[in-house]
Amino acid sequence: MMTIKTVTKLQEEWDLVIRPYRPWWDLRLGELWRYRDLIRFLVWRDFVAYYKQTILGPLWYLIQPILTTSVFTVIFGNIAGLSTDGLPAFLFYLAGNTVWSYFSTCLLSTSNTFTSNAAIFGKVYFPRLSIPVSVIISNLISFTIRLGLFIAFLVYFWLTGAEIQPNRWILLLPVLILIMAGLGLGLGIFISSLTTKYRDLQQLVSFGVQLLMYATPVIYPLSSVQGIWRGLLLSNPMTPVIEMFRLGFLGTSALEPAYLLYSVVFMILLLLAGILIFHRVEASFMDTV
Amino acid sequence: MSQTTISVENLSKSYQLGVIGTGTFYGDVKRWWARRLGKQDPFLKVGEPDDGNREGDTIWALKDANFTVQQGEALGIIGRNGAGKSTLLKILSQVTAPSRGVVKVKGRIASLLEVGTGFHPELTGRENIYLNGTIMGMNRQEITRKFDEIVDFSGVERFIDTPVKRYSSGMYVRLAFAVAAHLEPEILIVDEVLAVGDAAFQKKCLGKMEDVANHGRTVLFVSHNIGAINSLCNRCLLLENGNLAKDGSTAEVVAAYQSKFYHAVNDLSDLSSVERYGSGKARFRSLELLPVNRQGEAQAALITGSDLKVGLTIESREDVVDANVAIVFYDSTGFRLIDVSTALQGCYLNMKAGQSARVEFQLHDLFLKSGVYFLGLWLGRHNFEDIDGITYVTAISVEPNIDDLKHSINFPGIYQCQFSQQVTVI
Repeated sequence: MMTIKTVTKLQEEWDLVIRPYRPWWDLRLGELWRYRDLIRFLVWRDFVAYYKQTILGPLWYLIQPILTTSVFTVIFGNIAGLSTDGLPAFLFYLAGNTVWSYFSTCLLSTSNTFTSNAAIFGKVYFPRLSIPVSVIISNLISFTIRLGLFIAFLVYFWLTGAEIQPNRWILLLPVLILIMAGLGLGLGIFISSLTTKYRDLQQLVSFGVQLLMYATPVIYPLSSVQGIWRGLLLSNPMTPVIEMFRLGFLGTSALEPAYLLYSVVFMILLLLAGILIFHRVEASFMDTV
Repeated sequence: MSQTTISVENLSKSYQLGVIGTGTFYGDVKRWWARRLGKQDPFLKVGEPDDGNREGDTIWALKDANFTVQQGEALGIIGRNGAGKSTLLKILSQVTAPSRGVVKVKGRIASLLEVGTGFHPELTGRENIYLNGTIMGMNRQEITRKFDEIVDFSGVERFIDTPVKRYSSGMYVRLAFAVAAHLEPEILIVDEVLAVGDAAFQKKCLGKMEDVANHGRTVLFVSHNIGAINSLCNRCLLLENGNLAKDGSTAEVVAAYQSKFYHAVNDLSDLSSVERYGSGKARFRSLELLPVNRQGEAQAALITGSDLKVGLTIESREDVVDANVAIVFYDSTGFRLIDVSTALQGCYLNMKAGQSARVEFQLHDLFLKSGVYFLGLWLGRHNFEDIDGITYVTAISVEPNIDDLKHSINFPGIYQCQFSQQVTVI
């Protein structure tokens, strides 16, 4: 008995065992935690490098949503005359835009993780997942700025007597952010894992995100959609997120808050699938990228 | 008692030859469909034979490597280009996974496959030290603790708050190596970093690596610089076409490595297939070696003290201006013994594209002791460009001069100085 014990003890002494394949359940998330300082510096690098050598610097975080929302207001509100549930059109579109832009930038900027980091991945090992995770966090900074902008406009419209009722559902905001981050990350790393071999998907992603926006109640309220289309719209996990955001800040929604559970479950499954395939690919993607 | 820190068992890595897939999903489907219909692969290049099993075309970059490394050992890894050195290091540093086999490691591994990975040009030197350090696996406190040491080692104190894009390439590399050198891993993997920096900095780097090895930590060192391998490593692996050809003391393995070149080139009249480096604007086409005796008569072998005529033919593809042609002799440890070049006598080669040139040297009184020596060729402009370089073109054997030899033992040494003597018993 003693000898057997010694043998197992010796085998356990290895700090690292490199094999052709890791078991699928070995996700090494603890390692990601040990590299948290790296994630911190990557976030900070993204943020600093974003506006170095620009004149307006961080102001760019504000200019973009204002311009986009103005265009939406003119085209969808004034020209097309889409319903905004009786809310001020500008505020309605700004709400949708603020939420959607976080999800879409998370998705877009993580979907090329492998291809755009191939050079550094080929030189040194660190948990690959720290790159997309840091991207999600650094996008959170720009989201916060945009959210501040949205709240500033909200206060302005409220003071000028618009029909908006911010309410206790506002407290769901952290959950909404978590769902968006999870969905963006999960789908993004899923796509980035597939694009190591086929670049086609990358083409699809950039305009696919635009198309997906029209399948989400960003520029129209859920209440204006009926019948089979409503069912289709509800299968989109981003629908409850946007509706709940409007419910909390503006006070209108055509959806029961319970629908958010669907988004949570969807997000967890998608994230899990994304991480699994990401780990599968990261072991040897250098050979095919 | 020394402890095994790395254990490599049956390690193999295969790569697919040629283009993997056609690059797009549509392309792969199209190829698959053409195959199904029994047609030719639509993505085959014109003139390429369709051997039907291109998917099965794999190359074993590393095959069934088995070895262990003890703690505190400085292990050199040598081999020609494509022998599998980099593949081995990539697997050890977890950049890519092996196809078969297991590696077991005790302690933290840090690899210097290329310094400066993850440097961001917009960030300052200080910021990049932190970023690069964390990429390499250090945490913030560790970096803060060693920060001054790193800056001191790099010698860029004055520019530490300047964005690294304003750095000279030398400063950039020095800072990058400084970060890497202060990692303090249990196992350090180094690949050819010594190719950078000036001589003083290279010496500093070698010193740092020796330091690492002397502190009970393990160093794996891949280099073509046999001199550096000799001075740093006590044990060496020789890789050949993915196989572990030799594992032993550095002197033994280096000698085996270099003797390979003895058989590598049989026909010096056609150098087209020899391993070389440089821009290729012009190339050495042939080499003739003719030993002559002091009377100028041809000899069958090169004998200590005789002359050697070296004839070179060079063909140019592009214009070559003011180039220097050099021949270099190395001993069996890779030490450079003789370096003769046209520039030493103020002569430079100018060629128009498509021209050929003939360069002849006659080396006088080559008093090399008997043994095997290695010959290298170089064409280029010093410190500007390598046009064509062949590190080891061939080996030549020097035979002892029987007439001079009154004693049967061949004493060690390289240079047989001519001397006179007088022995008196008092």
